[in-house]
Amino acid sequence: MEPKTLFDKVWDAHVVEKIEGGPSVLYIDKHLIHEVTSPQAFAGLESRGLKVFRPEKTVATPDHNIPTVNQHLKIEDELSRNQIETLTANCKKNDITLYGLNHPKNGIVHVVGPELGHTQPGMTMVCGDSHTSTHGAFGAVAFGIGTSEVEMVLATQCILQPKPKRMRITIDGELQKGVTAKDLTLYVIAQLGTGGATGYFVEYAGSAVRNLTMEGRMTVCNMSIEMGARGGMIAPDETTFEYVKGREFAPKGEDWDKAVAKWKELKTDDGAVFDKEYTYKAEDIEPMLTYGTNPGMGTGISGNIPRAEEVEASELPTFKKSLEYMGFGLGDKLLGKKVDYVFVGSCTNGRIEDLRMLASLVKGKKKADSVTAWIVPGSKQVEKQAQEEGLVEVLEEAGFELRQPGCSACLAMNDDKIPAGKYSVSTSNRNFEGRQGPGSRTLLASPLTAAAAAVTGVITDPRELF
Amino acid sequence: MPIDKFTVLESSYVPLPIENVDTDQIIPARFLKATSREGFGENLFRDWRFAADGSENKDFVLNNPKYSGQILVAGKNFGSGSSREHAAWAVHDYGFKVVVSSFFADIFRNNALNNGVLPVVVSPEFLSKVFAAVEADNSQKLVVDLEEQSISLNGEKEEFEINPYKKNCLLNGFDDIDYLLDKKENIEEFEK
Ligand code: SF4
Repeated sequence: MEPKTLFDKVWDAHVVEKIEGGPSVLYIDKHLIHEVTSPQAFAGLESRGLKVFRPEKTVATPDHNIPTVNQHLKIEDELSRNQIETLTANCKKNDITLYGLNHPKNGIVHVVGPELGHTQPGMTMVCGDSHTSTHGAFGAVAFGIGTSEVEMVLATQCILQPKPKRMRITIDGELQKGVTAKDLTLYVIAQLGTGGATGYFVEYAGSAVRNLTMEGRMTVCNMSIEMGARGGMIAPDETTFEYVKGREFAPKGEDWDKAVAKWKELKTDDGAVFDKEYTYKAEDIEPMLTYGTNPGMGTGISGNIPRAEEVEASELPTFKKSLEYMGFGLGDKLLGKKVDYVFVGSCTNGRIEDLRMLASLVKGKKKADSVTAWIVPGSKQVEKQAQEEGLVEVLEEAGFELRQPGCSACLAMNDDKIPAGKYSVSTSNRNFEGRQGPGSRTLLASPLTAAAAAVTGVITDPRELF
Repeated sequence: MPIDKFTVLESSYVPLPIENVDTDQIIPARFLKATSREGFGENLFRDWRFAADGSENKDFVLNNPKYSGQILVAGKNFGSGSSREHAAWAVHDYGFKVVVSSFFADIFRNNALNNGVLPVVVSPEFLSKVFAAVEADNSQKLVVDLEEQSISLNGEKEEFEINPYKKNCLLNGFDDIDYLLDKKENIEEFEK
């Protein structure tokens, strides 16, 4: 048999049929939905007089638009409330499992899926959200879709998709102390640029990736879309099985053994060919920070913003416009720059391990008075675990407060908006203009770098604070 | 949603020579709270078009009466970022039927096609000429011919690629869901 990549194995097993010269009809094992990108899909379905085809394969949770304080109260903003009520009504009408607001399992869709065991190796998964790539950490083919496609999946459990090309990114070696999965992914994106992987599905490989925890792997796969990739994935191994085992929707007993036997075959065969390959050394990576208005504009924390002569001439106007928005100059050093807000959360870095990282650094220190910090767990379960592990206490002693779970300032759809002109060190995934609120200025970083900024009030190398 | 049929379009165009225009610029998240598909055009490029107090930003190209038309021409890597189809709805609702760039983000391209907006990929050289031409003469037109898969500027023609299946959908106004619904039997068979 011809050697195959991990991606090909999973994709090919889900092709119902291929249209000559066109896309494939791809069967979807798990469909995740939330309040913002699904209402028009349900409305479309209804106008065609259709019911949801396989309701047991769809799971819903409101997350994008929910408040992160006083979740037990009625949502004040009428439009937001309406979206959440619409999701609730649509799920009820169509027998779809919903982890609604105040449900003990509510949270950000890409945090909830894995922690409940909905996400499993070898699956095809979609969601009307580009960071669906997160689930690729388990060896699933998972990618974001638009609302028309949400409607397709509701109607037929399939979507029409052209097959992406294959890319492998190998990172060998050992990450230095204080360097995290987030730094690894920001480093790769800085190398490839925001469009560098457009048209590709990426497999991450190499010893530095293998050594990551599941949380770390999710952080890496989560940001695949930020270099344009359709998705990212990592071959499942003992770390994966260990994480999935015993979770609510994971296979049990005999089924479990059978599943693991199958999952063990999910890896790229020797000799399989990729359309593109990149290799990096883990030792070259230091804590990373972005300085511009797309995630590819990043540098090691001790570095500086490129000087004019270091930027390609054709890209200089866009580059300068971006720096102008950020209030930075060509060639500026980042260390020591003032920080107003710190946001720790999102589907990139809102998991329990991220809160542990944060707590490990701020323990025994105090939050800088000049900094407003928003710590937002990715889910109710993460919140609960943080309480049980005593992390909340550590954070409170250092002057931090935990908000309630949700997407929050990652996209600032609710009230969690960074004011215009203010600098925010954020563990989320996008630093676009206005992403965290109109006029906000975002610097993407790891939870450790965010913690260091929160206690010093300026950009600080976290390695100096251990 | 059945989509508009597309065959040939001749129109003046609006130049937006900025690279990496992301979906948060096309339609900021705070305008995603609607539960219908209509009305998003009003907030297309919201934070570039309007100042914080709601007044028009005179420098932005959509507010410049010199430029109009059903074609938007943008710098490379248009539509990166989020999967929000609201971005495609906003472009469509505003009145654009074609977006021209030298590079598109994947999800935006799919979303545009699913809403009858044709993304046309041209070479960087052709794109520069298109920008230069409209600067010299704002009544300059582009002709986009889907059947022929060509775009022309003053008689200079360039061919563009489109998946034959999607081309057929656009030419006839078909949408993917109709296609998939026809395949229900095969899908049920696959499930076994
Ligand atoms: S946390 Fe941010 S990136 Fe993740 S699903 Fe929510 S809005 Fe999207």
